[in-house]
Amino acid sequence: MAISAPQKKTAGRRGRSAPGLIFGDLWQYDPAPETADPKLKPRYDLFIDGEFVAPRGGKYFDTINPANEQKLAKIALAGAADVDAAYRAAHRAYEKVWSRTSGRERAKYLFRIARLLQDRAREFAVAETMDGGKPIKESRDFDVPMCAAHFFYHAGWADKLEYVAAGRRVAPLGVVGQVIPWNFPLLMLAWKIAPALAMGNCVVLKPAETTSITALKFAEILQDAGLPPGVVNFVTGAGATGAAVMAHPLAAKVAFTGSTEVGKIIMRSLAGSGKKMTMELGGKAANIVFDDAPLDQAVEGIVNGIFFNQGHVCCAGSRLLVHEPVADAVLAKLKNRIKVLRVGDPLDKNTDLGAINSKDQLEKIRELVDSGVKEGAELYQPPCRLPEKGFYFRPTLFSDVTMSHRIAREEIFGPVLSILTFRTVDEAVEKANNTAFGLSAGVWTDKGSRILKMSTELKAGVIWANTFNKFDPASPFGGYKESGFGREGGRQGLLDYAKLT
Amino acid sequence: MTRLPITKTPKVYVGGAFIRSESARVFPLQDAAGNFFGNIPQCTRKDLRNAVEAAAKAGPGWAKRTAYNRGQILYRLAEMLEARRAELIGSLTMFGAVQADAARGVDAAVDRLIYYAGWADKYEQVLGSVNPVAAPYFNFTVTEPMGVIGVIAPDVPPLLGLISLVAPAIVSGNTVVALVSEKFPYPSILLGEMLATSDLPGGVVNLLTGFRKELVPTFATHTHLRAIVGAVGAADRKALELGAADSVKRTHFVDPDATDWLADTAQGLEAIRDTLEFKTTWHPVGA
Repeated sequence: MAISAPQKKTAGRRGRSAPGLIFGDLWQYDPAPETADPKLKPRYDLFIDGEFVAPRGGKYFDTINPANEQKLAKIALAGAADVDAAYRAAHRAYEKVWSRTSGRERAKYLFRIARLLQDRAREFAVAETMDGGKPIKESRDFDVPMCAAHFFYHAGWADKLEYVAAGRRVAPLGVVGQVIPWNFPLLMLAWKIAPALAMGNCVVLKPAETTSITALKFAEILQDAGLPPGVVNFVTGAGATGAAVMAHPLAAKVAFTGSTEVGKIIMRSLAGSGKKMTMELGGKAANIVFDDAPLDQAVEGIVNGIFFNQGHVCCAGSRLLVHEPVADAVLAKLKNRIKVLRVGDPLDKNTDLGAINSKDQLEKIRELVDSGVKEGAELYQPPCRLPEKGFYFRPTLFSDVTMSHRIAREEIFGPVLSILTFRTVDEAVEKANNTAFGLSAGVWTDKGSRILKMSTELKAGVIWANTFNKFDPASPFGGYKESGFGREGGRQGLLDYAKLT
Repeated sequence: MTRLPITKTPKVYVGGAFIRSESARVFPLQDAAGNFFGNIPQCTRKDLRNAVEAAAKAGPGWAKRTAYNRGQILYRLAEMLEARRAELIGSLTMFGAVQADAARGVDAAVDRLIYYAGWADKYEQVLGSVNPVAAPYFNFTVTEPMGVIGVIAPDVPPLLGLISLVAPAIVSGNTVVALVSEKFPYPSILLGEMLATSDLPGGVVNLLTGFRKELVPTFATHTHLRAIVGAVGAADRKALELGAADSVKRTHFVDPDATDWLADTAQGLEAIRDTLEFKTTWHPVGA
């Protein structure tokens, strides 16, 4: 990855590595823990037909704080009978109440929900961070406000559905079954529930096994909002519960966010069933940096792209493609930058990288990182100290990665960046698209026409140009190829919860 | 002495050329009166794979054509059909269709092409959007063709059914590999000749004749087919959906028994949307 001979005056300056910063142990921050009360209960039951009910099997499982491995609460384990009860409640609510509730009234419920969540934002942010491990600054400034924004946005659609599909009328599908992942528990819940309710559907949703708490806290908000019983039901549990939610005959549609592997299993299990589907699956996004990009901004974008939420992001910019002339400079800047990332207590307001969501996920990350070393990529990790208890992983860079390495092909879902280089625009496009995934991609360049060319050629559902990991309820999100189908957000996403009449 | 007429050897239209099956297999076709009509290529999995390759090669060029150009080419295809209207009607009546039904079917097929030709430079304005995000970014959503689309046409109506599924896929820049009516393949053989003279680049539409039971499994699992659009019964639907899961392929099916192909409800913007991807681009707004 040697830098080519200087062509311009700036090339020499860029090529020189930036001076090292001496933070390390000399400049310890005082702890700055967020102290708001998450108001956790010791036990969470299922939320069916507007009430918290014990699971029929009487079984519970523990949910822990991945930051210190301490038990937070016990969560009801829903069996097939509980899932069935949830569907019957949803179906009843759909037939008797929700399908007869006007769009104007549905809108007001959704507005209320958004407002009530805003009222309790800090409490929810702390709960989200404790149950999932993400830094409090992210749950406080991103997850919770964005969750509220999704309800606020979709609320306004509920009485304007005649504008969703030009020339056609839309109608709700009925009851939809939804299964969401653990990386953005509240936000994924909002992405799923808000458009479903706005369109007039009722919902049975299963949160991820490791992050059920905020969904069940959210059920309290639904009660406070006076949402009619049965319109939204939460069943908690692991894979078997999820399979029951997907397979239930009363589900007119299922929406799944999770791994491509599980998505395919669901698709097979539903073949021939006539159920509508939306799949938001894995990704291996290319983040492409050209030599004319503003490198300091690009480095910030790369860091945000891969280390946001510890890299537990399906659209994470996990493959950095750097233009050869600036490859060394970018790598040097990146190393410098990640030396000062603060890894540790997720509740500390200064923390950049919190805890890995679970032990299983930590093992998976370790396994893939080991494969990267074995296959010959060059590993770099800053020498930061990690807490003794809890699941943590250092921000990790791999240079000298080739397209055939597992770390360039498989979704790691952790704070691990694989760096590859390219020489021409065509090579960048070829490498970026050479994957079964197609969820997102990033492009960094000063040249407008190149951005538009890249955004046309990259086979991905979301393109971030000179930015990364930006989300908005008005902005459709979803993948090409094996990253799934259907969109979430915007008018396009709303239509996936409708049938045309 | 009566002149012996020249009979046509039925060949399928793949990659812009008229070919026989690579397997050299054929099946005999009789007309409504039971007389031998001709030998129809019995296309194989290998033919399907070759057709997908041709479609993939034609894809980028076709998708890069301007919408205006694609619209004109679809219109030109309608012109080709209209000019050979009598022959197309004959290709239906010869195999048992009533004259009036056949004429209605051909006319509807031509009109359907005109309908989709007109959409070419409009659907984007209706389906795409500029999105008011709550931050200083310009955010817009456009559509893109998915790539190579597998089409399974209904047995009846052989021409109108095929065109109703193919036209909305190609208008946006997709390319198509279609399995045509098994029972009534001859109208599709004729359609191939019209495609060849319509300015449509070779490989954009590839038509295969043959047996569903042989070809459906490969349509289901071929990973380069990004979507399957079909008018199929429950068993084929299940097989196609099962195979589609392997590569997260998009599937859209209509019930051949419940579709009124002549009606306006058999066409629409949604059919175009079914083979489109939505792509959203973000860019900061600033100096």
